[in-house]
This record gives sequence, structure tokens and C-alpha cells, in this order.
Amino acid sequence: MKEDPGFYDYWPYEGRPRIQWPNGARLALWVAPNLEFYELDPPDNPQRKPWPQPYPAIPGYSIRDYGNRVGHVRQMELLDKFGIRGSVSLSVALCDHHPEIIELGKERNWEFFSHGIYNTRYTYGLSEQQERAMIRDSMESIYTHTGQKCAGYLAPALSHSERTLDLFAEVGTELFGDEAGFYTCDLFHDDQPTPIYLRSGKRFVSIPYSLEMNDTIAYVVNKIEPRRYGQQIKDNFDRLYAEGAHSGTVMCIPTHNYQVSCPHRLRAFEDALEYITSHPDVWVTTGREIAEYFIENYYDVVSADIQARAKEGAR
Amino acid sequence: MSLDDAYLEYPHRHYGMDHHRYDWSMLSTRQPVKWPEGKTLALWVNVSVQSFPLDQRGVPFKVPGGMTMPYPDLRHYSLRDYGNRVGIFRVLDAIDRFGIRPTFAVNTRLAERVPYLIGKLAARGDEILCHGYHMDALHYGGQDETEEAQLVERALTGLRAITGQPIRGWLSPAKNESANTPELLADNGVVYFCDWVNDDMPYRFRTSRGELTAMPLSTELDDQFVIQSNGHSEGSWVDQVCDACDLLLQEAEQHGGRILGLNIHPWLMGQPHRIGHLERAFEYISAQKGVWSAPAGEILDAWRGQQ
Repeated sequence: MKEDPGFYDYWPYEGRPRIQWPNGARLALWVAPNLEFYELDPPDNPQRKPWPQPYPAIPGYSIRDYGNRVGHVRQMELLDKFGIRGSVSLSVALCDHHPEIIELGKERNWEFFSHGIYNTRYTYGLSEQQERAMIRDSMESIYTHTGQKCAGYLAPALSHSERTLDLFAEVGTELFGDEAGFYTCDLFHDDQPTPIYLRSGKRFVSIPYSLEMNDTIAYVVNKIEPRRYGQQIKDNFDRLYAEGAHSGTVMCIPTHNYQVSCPHRLRAFEDALEYITSHPDVWVTTGREIAEYFIENYYDVVSADIQARAKEGAR
Repeated sequence: MSLDDAYLEYPHRHYGMDHHRYDWSMLSTRQPVKWPEGKTLALWVNVSVQSFPLDQRGVPFKVPGGMTMPYPDLRHYSLRDYGNRVGIFRVLDAIDRFGIRPTFAVNTRLAERVPYLIGKLAARGDEILCHGYHMDALHYGGQDETEEAQLVERALTGLRAITGQPIRGWLSPAKNESANTPELLADNGVVYFCDWVNDDMPYRFRTSRGELTAMPLSTELDDQFVIQSNGHSEGSWVDQVCDACDLLLQEAEQHGGRILGLNIHPWLMGQPHRIGHLERAFEYISAQKGVWSAPAGEILDAWRGQQ
């Protein structure tokens, strides 16, 4: 075990080089629906129990199935209204179980990125070879079912190894060169993209994927009221939009349609999206597009700034 | 040491569900349903009338809402009993004031112990469904099948005898089940059950001993879940109920009839400081033109007639 994962150097928020998004936008907004499949009877993992009860864990399983049966379509219709394309964090087994949902995402030109095979299969305990095979399976499945070269990763159920990001980047390169495997949503250290150090030296970035804005964290962990969640989204936006006048920020709203798309919660979310999209200088985009734009335009200048400031810090 | 390679094998990775209980189906692709009298939103007010024993065993877990203190936990025992002595009568007044046709989910043990109350409920002519034997008589994975079979049989036979009703519906305590529960319910003449929270509409559910219908009774909007587990204010619960009502009414215009299932606990909403909030929710919903208040079994029959 290490004291620090070693993915990035300390890089203070003040005094950074200015980032500007396309058309002078101050804030890049992306919405990341998690389209997930949880198994009713998954194998045990020695480090994490998939369900709190012995088989069958109906309360947990059935509410997650609600997202697939009811929630996704409800959210798709809402996002259509605001011209928002989802960046899907995908349990790729969903392509096999529920291809209809994948089709609906494809029709909308949504992005699909890897969230592992099932959200009930964890990275814990996998050998490097096993984890590599699992990641490869997930990227190949996305390509087979959507034609997309998977750009991003969010580890299944946020379960990681020390090598997760290295392996994702390397498998992406093996399959599709620089067109795949170049961003991660697994790190929550910043409101702007950050270059990530990997053993391969690949140009790879962390794109902000806010746990604080995540509906499951809001509703299941923090147990807040729907309208308070809506207000938090608006407040989060207001501050990032204001700061974006100095240097472009990223706002992500990760969702789970077994939470946010329940009938008693969707209105608060709708109000928040309406508020955000009524502002002129918002780049409504996807995770992949943010990562590509950043790598193309800011990766080098930001990396140089980080290096320079790391040296200052070392003196 | 790494995991066995079997951890990366996925025997159920194929089209549809990873089990055989029901078919995969998206709500948006189903044939629209129409409710009687041209209504679009069926309101199912499910009043859970519960019995929490003082000598709780807590096997395999302590039921939410049950005893938490060392024996004898008089505070929780009596606070739950409050619902059956006082709270229920406030809830009934509210129901009648707004013309709501409720469904009572009754623990059979309560019917045995408090014939007065069950007599009152049965005499109203409202539907009664079986909420298991009592709140500590849980159904759970790994439970002995014979023991569970006796539990289900005792709960249903007892409630049928006491109420004189056919008792077609079932709600497991804590919505918890074993792998055998659906079969045992089918064996005992249950037609519909309300434990699976994966849909906003009914759907067909397979058992090896005949078919059940799963009815949608939301946990996420349940008063106990919102107010007690999440710690939201009563006012927020009312907002959530009204927002759900609005959304479902709106969705029903395009996609066909919907159901608003509200599970209410008299020991919670029947408190003097909460009953007004329940009334506000009822007032709002019952004022909506598209709303059809009906017992669960009647909603089920209307749905079935169109499948």
C-alpha cells in the first residue's frame, strides 16, 4: 500500500493558466447517467458483500431494476427537452440483458463509457491479468454494441486496484490507440481536468465527476430531500459558473435512474436543469468531448504549469 | 492471492433478466392502460396496520420500526401500539374526509389480539391484505421452508377467518422474502403481492406453483422511509407526494394510466403533529381531476382486464 496514489502533483486552484471552453463558454456541463445491472445472485467477493441480506436481497435488487424498467426512459425524455446528451457510465452486461436501452442511447448520440461488467463484480482481489481481461471485455463490448471506442472509465461500484487507471489506459491503446482509454471519472480532487501520471506515459486526464452532485450520494448516503438536492445543484452551478469567468470549470451531474427518476424526485432535478441551461455561457457536452478538448488545447500548458509549481513547492 | 477465474464468468449474461421470475419489460413500451371513468391516476392508499411484539427475536435482523432497546423496550412497543389505539382513528377520519378508498395491510397477529379494531376495518368494507403474521415474523433467505410455509399458512388462514374476506394480497414485513416466498404465497391463494419495488405498474410474476401479480407499492415514497429513515420533514414528505402525483398525472396523459401507491403508518402519520400533513397530501391529490381512488385489488382487476 502507498501513502499517495501518485496520479497527480499538488496543484493549487489559485493562479492556474486560464482555460476557455469552446465559444467562450465558462462552464462545461455533463450529465452522466449510470446505466447499471446488479445481479440478484452474484458471486461472493472476500472484501465486499454485494447485498446486505442473504439471497434473495429483494429490496436492493428490485429498486435498482426500477431504473432499467422505468427510470432511464423517463430521464431520457427529460434530457432531450434540454438538449443534453448523456455520457453513460455503463455496466456493459446491460448490452446483453437490455439492448433496448442501449439503442435508445445510441439514437440520441449519447456517449458510452465503461463502468465494468456488472455493478456487483468488484475489482478487489483481481490479479493484474484478471483486471486487464475484465476491462478489455468491457471496452470490446461497448465497441461491439455501440461502435464507440470507449474513452472513459468509472470502476464498477467504485472498486479499484492500484493499477486500475494504468490498465484502462493500456487496454484502450491496445485496442484503439489514442482514440480510447484517455479519461477517468474515478478521482474527485478537482473542479477542472487534471493530467494523470501513468506508467505508460499516455496523455490521460481526470475529468471531474462530482460525488457531491451524485444523486445516489445525495439520496442514499446523505438522505437529503429532493428539493434540497435541486438547490444544491443550482448552488454548485452558480459558483462554478462565476469562477468559470476566470478559468473554465467542469460541472458533472452523475445520476442513477432508480433514484433521481422516481416520480417524487424528478421535478426538482428538472428545475435545476432548466436553471442551468437558461444561462448563456454553458457548454452542454459529454465527458469524452471535455477530455478531448482539454487534451488538445490545455494538456501541455497545464502540465508545464503543474511541473513548474511542483518545482517551486520542492524548493 | 487473487480470486478464482470463475469470478469473471457470467452465466446469466444474456438477453432479459438474470432470473426467471418475470420478463424484462420497459414501462414505456407497454400497452397504455385506462382506468375506470376516464381517470388516469389510480390512488392506492395502503394503511399498514402493524403489530410489533415486545419479545422481538430479530431473526435474521431487527425489523425497521421495531424494538431497538434492551428488553423490555417499552418505548417502541407502546409507541407502535399508539398507532393502533389512537393514530388509526385520525387516519380513518382523514381518509373519509377526502373520499379515499383505502386498503389495509394487516398483521394477522394484530387481528387476533385486537378484534375490535379489525372488526371496525372489516365492517367498512374496504379491502384488507395480509401483511404477514407480525412485524418480527420475517421471511428471509435461508429460512427453513417448512417453517416459512407454516408462517404463511397461519397468517393467511387466520386473517381470512377473522375478517371474512378472501384476502388476495400480500405485503411481507419489511418487504423481505426468502427464495420460496412467492411459491408459498401462490400455494395459499394469494393473487398479488407488493414486495418488489421495480416498477410503477403491475406485472406478471412467475412461481413454480402458479402466477402472481407484482403490485407497485413504492418504498422510496413510504412515510416511514421518508420521514423516519431519511429524517425529512413532514412538509417535505407532502411536497414529494404532490410532486409524484403531478409527474404521474402528466406521464399518464401520454403513456396511459399510472398508479400512485402511498404506504402510510398510523403510528407515524397518526401523531397529532403529523396528521395535518397527511390531510394536506390527501387534499391535494383528491382535488386532481384525473385521480381514481381505489383498493389495490380493484386496481389490479382493472389492469388485468386490459392485458
